[in-house]
Amino acid sequence: MKPAWPGALVAVAVLAAGVLVAFAQGRYSVSLEQLAHLVWARLSAQPSGLPANVETVVWQIRGPRVVGALAVGAALSVAGTAFQGLFRNPLVSPDILGASAGAALGAVLGIYFSLGIFGIQAAAFAGGLLAVALVYLLGASLRAGDPVLMLLLTGIVVGALLGAGIGLVKYLADPYNQLPAMTFWLLGSLSAMSSKDLLPLLVPVLAGTALLLALRWQLNVMSLPDEEARALGARTRVLRLAIVAAATLVTAASVAAAGVVGWVGLVVPHLARMLVGPSFPRLLPTAAILGGGLLLFIDTLARTLASVEIPLGILTAVVGTPFFLALLRSAQRRAG
Amino acid sequence: MRRREVLSAAIALPFAARAQAALSDGAGRRVSIPAKVERVFPAGPPAAILLYTLAPDLLLGWPRANKAEELEFLLPGIGNRPEVGRVTGRGNTANLESVLALKPDLIVDSGSTRPTYVELADRVQQQTGIPYALLDGRLETTPGSYLTLGQLVQRRERARELARYAEETLSTVRARCMAVPAAQRPRVYYARGPAGLETGLSGSINVETIEFLGLRNVAAETPGGLANVSMEQVLRWDPEVIVTIDQDFAAGVRDNPLWRGVRAVKEGRVHLSPKLPFGWIDFPPGVNRLVGLWWLGKVVYPERFPEDLRVLARDFYQRFYQVQLTDAQVTRVLAGRS
Repeated sequence: MKPAWPGALVAVAVLAAGVLVAFAQGRYSVSLEQLAHLVWARLSAQPSGLPANVETVVWQIRGPRVVGALAVGAALSVAGTAFQGLFRNPLVSPDILGASAGAALGAVLGIYFSLGIFGIQAAAFAGGLLAVALVYLLGASLRAGDPVLMLLLTGIVVGALLGAGIGLVKYLADPYNQLPAMTFWLLGSLSAMSSKDLLPLLVPVLAGTALLLALRWQLNVMSLPDEEARALGARTRVLRLAIVAAATLVTAASVAAAGVVGWVGLVVPHLARMLVGPSFPRLLPTAAILGGGLLLFIDTLARTLASVEIPLGILTAVVGTPFFLALLRSAQRRAG
Repeated sequence: MRRREVLSAAIALPFAARAQAALSDGAGRRVSIPAKVERVFPAGPPAAILLYTLAPDLLLGWPRANKAEELEFLLPGIGNRPEVGRVTGRGNTANLESVLALKPDLIVDSGSTRPTYVELADRVQQQTGIPYALLDGRLETTPGSYLTLGQLVQRRERARELARYAEETLSTVRARCMAVPAAQRPRVYYARGPAGLETGLSGSINVETIEFLGLRNVAAETPGGLANVSMEQVLRWDPEVIVTIDQDFAAGVRDNPLWRGVRAVKEGRVHLSPKLPFGWIDFPPGVNRLVGLWWLGKVVYPERFPEDLRVLARDFYQRFYQVQLTDAQVTRVLAGRS
């Protein structure tokens, strides 16, 4: 087995660079000197003496947004990694069991009924959890064939139904007020991230990630076919439920906070595997660190390229698609 | 224009079976005037409001049913006519068969006159055989749209009256605002959405009232419709005035640490636009914005708009919505809450 530390080092370097760039760049100009001054003032608990707006921008706007991007990127990547292992399929992303579609339906309903920001996010979170619970129960009730395949198929079917629900709510929405709000939400953005949003994001993300990390060895076993895993003594049904629950928790929380951000959960696990290999004890933390750092870069682009926000979902697709094609090409070369 | 109308009428006459006159609509399309107009189908919210203000009795129904709090500002029996859906715009919610079942004599739309909408209008007219008039929904063309609609539905007298009010409002407000030197016009941010981070870019129909007054929309460096912006960008723009249609945002902005540093918030210049029964500066972007021009003018240039807004509001509601406002109602409307 090749040593993991060079790959892990790359992931940590991406993260550190991401954090530095994210704090230094923005539409409101804060010089590096001011930034250093602010950090020093915070560390030594002294007043910085800088204009209030500069403090607000760094601590209240960029700060929560950096933490939010890290959490969402890490959450989607960890969930994607776990699902790709569980379903033994490299094309699986965290939304495969309907977590994103359920959260999106919850959010558009929240906008439709004119709830406040908190209400919309709560509806999104609940929608994500409910959708996956439904998929899991339906999948478990189908006793024909491979349980993993049944789960995957139910996920696709329920996801399509939820997609239709989203379409219906958008169709019924007021075209002058609610529809634009829904469209923006479905494209994904961290623009409204504030310190108040961090707790409802971080608690489920940390809990779910901790559970997946605790199951890292079992994930290795679960990525074998079901009979083999059982032969090795794994309690596959319980483990599958725990993995699905943890991945759903983190996905629903991140979609509730940032809207629908595609591609990260699909692409980052592949990148992480290229860096440290397929063993989950190494793969999971690497994917979390790398995913957080990459989404932070993308979010920095989203908020700095133009005076208006570029939706995150669009940027991740634009960056993710060519990357995925390159990945397929290199896989083909290796196979051929 | 008039010569073209006469000409097109002359050409249309020999071909039209029930020999009526043809009229050019807001997009320059020829629409034959039905012999009798008793039932008119509004294709979208701006058209419904336009039609309601001119000839409420002809209105078949509303694209979206009015809410309880809106009904008291509309004529009883007309404000609560049924929901009939939209015909064009973003997605059709009205089914063409159910449109036919309502037996309208005319379909009226008010909004964009770009080719997409012209073709939609042509297609619906062809499929249903019902004359379909597309009116220009821009604020500036309001007087002309009233006159055209007045001819179509044979309410020329009232149309002239409303067109005159619109014309006077537009020219008075514009003259007073244009007298302000460009550098003294406030920099305005239009806040939408519960977080206040949705805004209208340059040329967006949502900021037509703001742009009509010659105010400097801070988001105008990019052309387009609605967009999301970041808090950081708002701080950098540091607008002097914030206009919003969202009451949750307006209520919370003063206590929000993020917005505290914005000049408009510091100086107490966050203004919640009235919205009963229809929004005053946007939402929907219809003739309901005429009274909003007075409101917005007074908000940004109080010394140039000495008129009492309560009197103006009462007058507008009387003329256009045909309802008498009580003192309490005027107060509630002006507070901007629903």
